[in-house]
Amino acid sequence: MSNEDVLNPKRMPHEPEKATLEGKNKFLGFWFFLGGETVLFASLFGTYLALNDSTAGGPSADELFGLELVFIMTMLLLTSSLTSVYAIYHMKNNDLGKMLVWLGVTVALGFAFLGCEIYEFYHYIHGEHFTFRSSAFGSAFYTLVGFHGGHVLFGLLWILSLIIRNAKRGINLYNAPKFYVASLYWHFIDVVWVFIFTVVYLMGKVG
Amino acid sequence: MSTAVAQKKGFGAFLWDYLTTVDHKKIAHLYLVSGGLFFLLGGLEAMIIRIQLMKPDNEFISAGLYNEMLTMHGTTMIFLAAMPLIFALMNAVVPLQIGARDVAFPFLNSLGFWLFLAGGVILNCSWFMGGAPDAGWTAYAPLSTTSPGHGVDFYVIGLQIAGAGTLIGGINFLVTIVNMRAPGMSYMRMPLFTWAVFVTSTLILFAFPALTVGLFLMMFDRMFGSAFFDVNAGGNVIIWEHLFWIFGHPEVYILILPLFGAFSDIFSTFSKKRLFGYSAMVFATVLIGFLGFMVWAHHMFTTGMGPVANSIFAVTTMAIAVPTGIKIFNWLFTMWGGAIRMTTAMLWSIAFIPTFTIGGMTGVMLASAAADYQYHDTYFVVAHFHYVIVGGVVFGIFASLHYWWPKMFGKVLNEKLGKLTFWPFFIGFHLTFFIQHFLGLMGMPRRYWKFLEGQGLETGNMISSIGAFFMAFGTIVFLINVVYTAVKEEKAPADPYDGRTLEWSIPSPPPFYNFKQTPLVRGLDPLWVEKSEGKKGMTPAEPLGDIHMPNSSILPFVMSLGLFIAGFGFIYQVDNIAWLSLVFIGMGITLGCMLIRSVKDDLGYHVHKEDLEEEGGH
Repeated sequence: MSNEDVLNPKRMPHEPEKATLEGKNKFLGFWFFLGGETVLFASLFGTYLALNDSTAGGPSADELFGLELVFIMTMLLLTSSLTSVYAIYHMKNNDLGKMLVWLGVTVALGFAFLGCEIYEFYHYIHGEHFTFRSSAFGSAFYTLVGFHGGHVLFGLLWILSLIIRNAKRGINLYNAPKFYVASLYWHFIDVVWVFIFTVVYLMGKVG
Repeated sequence: MSTAVAQKKGFGAFLWDYLTTVDHKKIAHLYLVSGGLFFLLGGLEAMIIRIQLMKPDNEFISAGLYNEMLTMHGTTMIFLAAMPLIFALMNAVVPLQIGARDVAFPFLNSLGFWLFLAGGVILNCSWFMGGAPDAGWTAYAPLSTTSPGHGVDFYVIGLQIAGAGTLIGGINFLVTIVNMRAPGMSYMRMPLFTWAVFVTSTLILFAFPALTVGLFLMMFDRMFGSAFFDVNAGGNVIIWEHLFWIFGHPEVYILILPLFGAFSDIFSTFSKKRLFGYSAMVFATVLIGFLGFMVWAHHMFTTGMGPVANSIFAVTTMAIAVPTGIKIFNWLFTMWGGAIRMTTAMLWSIAFIPTFTIGGMTGVMLASAAADYQYHDTYFVVAHFHYVIVGGVVFGIFASLHYWWPKMFGKVLNEKLGKLTFWPFFIGFHLTFFIQHFLGLMGMPRRYWKFLEGQGLETGNMISSIGAFFMAFGTIVFLINVVYTAVKEEKAPADPYDGRTLEWSIPSPPPFYNFKQTPLVRGLDPLWVEKSEGKKGMTPAEPLGDIHMPNSSILPFVMSLGLFIAGFGFIYQVDNIAWLSLVFIGMGITLGCMLIRSVKDDLGYHVHKEDLEEEGGH
């Protein structure tokens, strides 16, 4: 396949993200990467579960967490995962405009989530004097949730740069795999959050 | 774009070529040279350890320096010598064995190498910047978290960066083997080396993130005041041991499996027989990889996990002897009745079998949790893991280098010098480490700076140190052989050993696009299948056409440079907050390069059919 065919395909295949060998490689390689990320977060969850009672006299999970804000954050992130599905649906229909709109909605929801998280951390640090250094529980909490937050930020910057780069040209066989794996990454972040919501917040309140 | 033209350029162009290359064969050279240098450095550290322990109550080096030596010897040999040398072999051989023109992600391949090098250089900068890490290669907390100075900081940052490179390499080879095989190259027709690399890459993917997390926790504790391993604030030091060995035990299979694969190919080639029990070998490789994740806590029998956990991990550990035994017998049966040629590669391989079997046997002894209370942290353990790591990995690397040297560099290594490398190294190895089993059983603890007179340890330690000089001699002969071969030996043909697999069907060294036409694979040992039907080479699977190749790029180097700079910022911001500026600069460079990579189209280029026709048929 010539470079011209990749950038300006005459006919868009049904799955443009897997139409080239490079696309197939990227698709499979990214799934493997997410496998590694799973082990990374599993290690962080394991560390958190080992240390979540080690408050060293500071505030405990039950005293700190309020489920209202976390519920809103969960809804924001779950919805953003749904909107990224819409975006990829429109990518497969070769509809750049609608894809960009839905990606924009995804990014907006992601930033709203991140804003809530920053507010939450600010509240813990200044309101409750619960910091990264106050106890092993504090270190484990901010590391696990912070790693997730860092992933959210990275994902937002990534999707934004894809939107800006490709806003003026159509979907092609070169950028379709990029959009596709970015959406995979976004789903993965969402799945990790579901576990954080359960293990950190729900189990912290009732466990 | 032919390689002959590139070779006529000056040194600057040569350097630029290697800095920007995305060709797996050149990346193999880079891994080999840098891994080789780190191997010599780690060997030098080993020699200093053995000189210190030559006689009782020796004052050759100070106690603190001794701790640094033993830490850096282990860390360097595992992460900076064995891993890159294995990656050199993987890069040099796997794409050729599956009939591919490059790896799946040539850009990431280059990035993986430069990250490894940046990490390795950071780690070794510690020698010149106030002292090397001194908490052992396992860096157990709280010894490591309370170690004064910046030594352990260099360990944490260096391994974090090098580990990222390894992870990238692992994903790359997984995708390469799944997606890039030539037509007809089904999974059960892949050479054993490729199979072993496939399983190894899976282990890398699922083991290294645990180390990543462990290193992050230690970094946060040492540099940012967190309390993961600070018992006063509720921390728990055992978390480090678990995370380290959840990574660390699969890591030893990451090291040995590719060489198991290489030995299989070598035995088969130099016995002129197909591998005995091919499918059992594949099954055993996968099973070792699987069981490798279930045994990590056998390193922690004396930690106090309790009898139930100890028993479970003892049983799973002993279970690994079963697939390994399958392999040993299949290698022996491969040679049985074969037309054996005693080349240097074959000598190393044959020497590996009894040596590794001894290491495996002491492994089963150590797996008995109750007995391990006696062996733990003695020289018995040191002897055991050197029998498997040197007897398996280092013998395997030497065997593979002698075997694939013509494919990597176009010349067969001199056989006489090869044998002069083998014998002193083989004899010296057993001199050094066999006696250490007994030193350990007599109670000599590992990692101690001195031993005392009159405890019966003098003779054993003297013999052990003499053996180390034999190994050093063998290694020097190998270096001489490399130079001698480059200067004196004749150019090798495509297939110097009457080989069986695809890499021997193309010139030595191969053209930059490897296969002019993708070969059609018609069975296990595809080249042998063609030869046995009277054909000279492979049947192509496609007509001659344009070949798509990836573009070179300097970005991987710059990205790694960014992390290198940021690494120093992280280490020194503890002393002075101004050093944080280096973190921002370095991370800015790296993230900026990632952005450039994301937004700048890089579609590669095509080698045209007409140019390929001009070069003549191979």
